[in-house]
Amino acid sequence: MRTLIIAEHNGKLLNPAVQKAVTAAQFWQAPIDLLVAGGNDAIIQAAASINGISRVLHANAAHLAHPLAEDVANLILSIASDYQVILAAHSSFSRNILPRVSALLDVAMISDALAIQENNTYIRSGFTGSIHNVIQSTDHVQVLTVHSSRFAAASLGNNAEVINIDAPAPFTKTRWVSETHNLSDRPALSSAKIVVSGGRSLGSAEKFEEVLAPLATKLGAALGATRAAVDAGYAPNDIQVGQTGVVVAPELYIAVGVSGAVQHTYGMKDSKIVVAINQDPDAPIFQIADYGLVSDLFEAIPALTAAIKQPLQ
Amino acid sequence: MKILVAVKRVVDYNIKVRVKPDGSNVDIDGVKMGVNPFDENAIEEALRLKEQGKATEVVAVSFGTQVNQDVLRHALAMGVDRAILVESAEKLQSLAVAKLIKTVVEREQPDLIILGKQSIDDDAGQMGQMLAGLLNYPQATFASSINLEGKVATVTREVDGGTETLALDLPAVITADLRLNEPRFVKLPNLMMARKKPIETINADTLGIEHEPRLKLLKVSEPPARKAGIRVSSVEELLTKLRGEEGINL
Repeated sequence: MRTLIIAEHNGKLLNPAVQKAVTAAQFWQAPIDLLVAGGNDAIIQAAASINGISRVLHANAAHLAHPLAEDVANLILSIASDYQVILAAHSSFSRNILPRVSALLDVAMISDALAIQENNTYIRSGFTGSIHNVIQSTDHVQVLTVHSSRFAAASLGNNAEVINIDAPAPFTKTRWVSETHNLSDRPALSSAKIVVSGGRSLGSAEKFEEVLAPLATKLGAALGATRAAVDAGYAPNDIQVGQTGVVVAPELYIAVGVSGAVQHTYGMKDSKIVVAINQDPDAPIFQIADYGLVSDLFEAIPALTAAIKQPLQ
Repeated sequence: MKILVAVKRVVDYNIKVRVKPDGSNVDIDGVKMGVNPFDENAIEEALRLKEQGKATEVVAVSFGTQVNQDVLRHALAMGVDRAILVESAEKLQSLAVAKLIKTVVEREQPDLIILGKQSIDDDAGQMGQMLAGLLNYPQATFASSINLEGKVATVTREVDGGTETLALDLPAVITADLRLNEPRFVKLPNLMMARKKPIETINADTLGIEHEPRLKLLKVSEPPARKAGIRVSSVEELLTKLRGEEGINL
């Protein structure tokens, strides 16, 4: 039997988390296929170059230009009988699709696995990361998403075989209408090496931009935000770091005016180094920060920005 | 136009759960319970659609034991028209609940099903997609806005990197994100009145649905805590540490 990875892309580029899903999939020591729905030549080439995979399965059809969960699920189901394990990196893309697949295969799904162990056993968190559950699946097929920051990225250099497969007929009861992207020159939040995140203490959308953007630019960092900051309208929803937003694990995470609610720390506690700058000395964020600075952020951040020698690349 | 919402009873979101000493599960004895917050967004949206004249009836369903009456009473107090409790002594997992909701859908024939996008205890986020798959219905997860015109729901979804808008032919399944709306406060008189409303109870075993657990819980533990580091007194000291001890070229 084989292992299938659902490869996420944005129509232009393959998502780097696919490399981490490959490392997770290698646990089963079975040949690994990557399924790409839609996408261009660059995406297919990038997929085929990941070491450790056996084949890239490419389904291309007009209706996969903006892949719907219904269509991707039907595509996966059309080939599912070859696979004992079906997985993807956990994201809004995969968690939209794979539960639909698992229900139609009549198997339970394991969401956001932190670790994979022998005998279809997994560690996953519950209660917003406050507990770890060890669970064992009794199903014949494993359908799961993996917490990508817990898995190393598979290396590149492969030249795997690419096989074109047919897509099932489109699911016509759902139609793609439009999408909006947060246009930014900054690196993608989920894969940035440095993340600068702001909380509600920034006070307004203008201050959020005015205080944090110069620092992020100088560091070559992605900008993140807490749910409180997003709910208050200071930052767009797609830069929310946390349980209901993006999970990040950068080399350096700078939390500015962030209190440290579990909802937020769930999304950043795998960061290598955490710096917290907050006026409140009792803010819970200091309990998980490697370096804490109790200071007025409106003074500290401009000073920090000025003191950084040169823009990093 | 009938809307079905599902309500899960979970540990109150303000409570930090503790693990039982034997590591068999979390200890929720005597802990405050309530409606899963995302389910409150789902109920609120269904009620707003009714108040806009776009829906005529909102039905809430919950799965569990008789203690789940409290969350159904809360839904009734918010304004749902009817409540159904599907009773099961054993803990139901996502796939089992999806199958059971499907039988309720077949009986009630709602035009729209709105669920919370995930529950805050299991954090799985599977139910809506599973149900939509089993019913072969259109799905729109993580909804931040819903616009109903005739037999089409136009839904904006929160996705990584931005938003996506889809048009779904009804009947359909939508899952609610927190920013869909702000759920109303329940007034005490409404809560009192909700106590008098009947809740229909159905025994899950009579529905003819296999609902055995597929996932075995082997052990529960507290995750290893990230250790607190040091306090620095100035921006200069912070940069010295990051440059010197962490070797970050800033």
